[in-house]
Amino acid sequence: MSTEQNSVSDILEDNTYKYGFTTDVESETFAKGLNEDVVRAISKKKEEPQFMLDFRLKAFAKWKTMKEPEWPNVHYPTIDFQNISYYSAPKQKKVLASLDEVDPEVMRTFEKLGIPLDEQKKLANVAVDAVFDSVSVATTHKKKLMEVGIIFCPMSEALKEYPELVEQYLGTVVPVGDNFYAALNSAVFTDGSFVYIPPDTISPMEISTYFRINTEETGQFERTLIICAENSYVSYLEGCTAPQFDTNQLHAAVVELVTMENAEIKYSTVQNWYAGDKETGKGGVFNFVTKRGKCQGDNSKISWTQVETGSAITWKYPSCILQGDNTVGEFYSVALTNGHMQADTGTKMIHLGKNTRSSIISKGISADYSSNSYRGQVKVGKNATNARNYSQCDSMLVGDKSSAHTFPYIETANSSVQIEHEASTSKISEEQLFYFESRGISRENAIEAVISGFCKEVFKQLPMEFAVEAQKLLTLKLEDSVG
Amino acid sequence: MLEIKDLHASVEGNEILKGISLSIKKGEIHAVMGPNGSGKSTLAKILSGHPSYEVTGGEILFEGKNLLDLEAEERSLAGIFMGFQYPVEVPGVNNAEFLRMAFNARRVKADEEEMDPLDFDELLSEKMKMLKMENKYKERSLNDGFSGGEKKKNEILQMAILEPKLAILDETDSGLDIDALRIVAEGVNSLRNDNNALILITHYQRLLDYIKPDFVHVIHQGKIVKSGDKALALELESQGYDWVTT
Repeated sequence: MSTEQNSVSDILEDNTYKYGFTTDVESETFAKGLNEDVVRAISKKKEEPQFMLDFRLKAFAKWKTMKEPEWPNVHYPTIDFQNISYYSAPKQKKVLASLDEVDPEVMRTFEKLGIPLDEQKKLANVAVDAVFDSVSVATTHKKKLMEVGIIFCPMSEALKEYPELVEQYLGTVVPVGDNFYAALNSAVFTDGSFVYIPPDTISPMEISTYFRINTEETGQFERTLIICAENSYVSYLEGCTAPQFDTNQLHAAVVELVTMENAEIKYSTVQNWYAGDKETGKGGVFNFVTKRGKCQGDNSKISWTQVETGSAITWKYPSCILQGDNTVGEFYSVALTNGHMQADTGTKMIHLGKNTRSSIISKGISADYSSNSYRGQVKVGKNATNARNYSQCDSMLVGDKSSAHTFPYIETANSSVQIEHEASTSKISEEQLFYFESRGISRENAIEAVISGFCKEVFKQLPMEFAVEAQKLLTLKLEDSVG
Repeated sequence: MLEIKDLHASVEGNEILKGISLSIKKGEIHAVMGPNGSGKSTLAKILSGHPSYEVTGGEILFEGKNLLDLEAEERSLAGIFMGFQYPVEVPGVNNAEFLRMAFNARRVKADEEEMDPLDFDELLSEKMKMLKMENKYKERSLNDGFSGGEKKKNEILQMAILEPKLAILDETDSGLDIDALRIVAEGVNSLRNDNNALILITHYQRLLDYIKPDFVHVIHQGKIVKSGDKALALELESQGYDWVTT
């Protein structure tokens, strides 16, 4: 238990960005640049089945015809996609018989990040897939999960062991040409996690993936696919950090979730990528991510919870397609921006089935010179009789140089629906903090109380240790910004 | 207990206090009166350690220690309580939880164990009863959407929970109707003992009908222009501030 506690706090506790180190490992990195040969080379390197190569080539052809989206409320210099390496992997023997064969430097990196991977030290109640740059380096608790029929493995392994499952679902929620970054990801993704929960199974533990970018000019393009069969449940956690570089790293992930009848997936993210220099805004990760879940079976549910505290730029809209009848989609988000960070994040709730329900709770906190936008779409199809949505978007400003924006879009083709939208803006003020201090409460505890009060509805969705630590992380990040 | 010597202070470069001296002993109640803008509230803010007010001269000793060396938080823990004229609203922070944080901050400071929520709830209920506050104010966000009267009661509730050595009540009577004023005054009186002291900052004398001061001081243009006993307040009431300020 104690290891677990450490790990979570280590992922999160961050004042001066203590994950800014790089690991010196011998890597095999492709030359910079992107063309069809690179796509073929990635597929070959990973010894993929033919369908996968076809998938990639189709995506690449699409991508070439697409343009970067300009509608998000973020500003950054044009990315030169030819100046990025699309594959980087720590060099290792071909097939790993056991964890002992993972480069010890890589193991140490994860240990430093609070994610011990070796058998003795691994976290007791959390199964972890550790992704280092482009490849998955270790997955814990695989055996134990397998005993109940749960498949949890790196995507590259799933393509070898369970190609039919991957082929059946990959790209069904986020099609290859969905958007610019999703197309790019579909063409060049290198690894990620694959989870399959068989029917009538409640996952005995939390399942998590930990992403680490290490190489300076490598993009990270991971792909996650989670399938939850009839009457099953899984809670999945995701954590991310990256070293401190003056240049920007591109992270363009795609996550697809599918739930069958009566199934539920709860997906929680704590994102703490390097956000760039607080004063100058130099460096940091561009986090351009497509996350979407499809409630395919009736009475199924997908719930997204995200705590976004890092990245120079975040462009991310975890969404739900409520296809089955009586399905439920939820989105709980806390997005904190400080320094020169820019975030444009929110969700899409697409109501297709009858009696579908969705709720959106978004809390944006902007400090320093940062800009924080909520962008959300609620769309109701003509057959979605009695669909209901409730949205609440609250913004909190810290200091007077930051900004908060809300862009709600509502579209409905059915007259029996009920849609509610509420928004508010507030400020954490020096007077509030003084009030706490005048009662003998420290400034740190005061900020924590105000922030956790503001984020209460979201934090209560997180697994408990995560909630406590997420709160601390936000407090630490804000301490210098208030006043 | 409190010794203010030749205190000068300014806000944003404007000198507001121009040499205030005041001595307060255990068990005493002092009323500080004066017209609007005389510097009454500035004095209160300075005692509580508000960062916007700059002390430019003089000193303040609290139980022999230099108060000006202490941050607001430390002053509170040392036993000073400020009842604000306009208590700030803090949405999202539960009132009972806030009170428990403040209460436990003292416990921690004294190396005592923190009180758990159940025991604290009992203590809180008892104090709220005394102030005739409805239970719903426990669960409401701190001062959020409270009426003026409930905010003031909530300040006195905090005072009752924290049991300060020295309480400064800044215009606690303003915004209170006559019933609320009586309840608040009874609450304050019940907290009095020989070991604590009270500074009442007020514009009107009606509060002093309920809480009887030992001394009354009149501030005008940043200085104490007259001191006396309760009779001074009554005199002010009938003659107006012009009587002492011209």
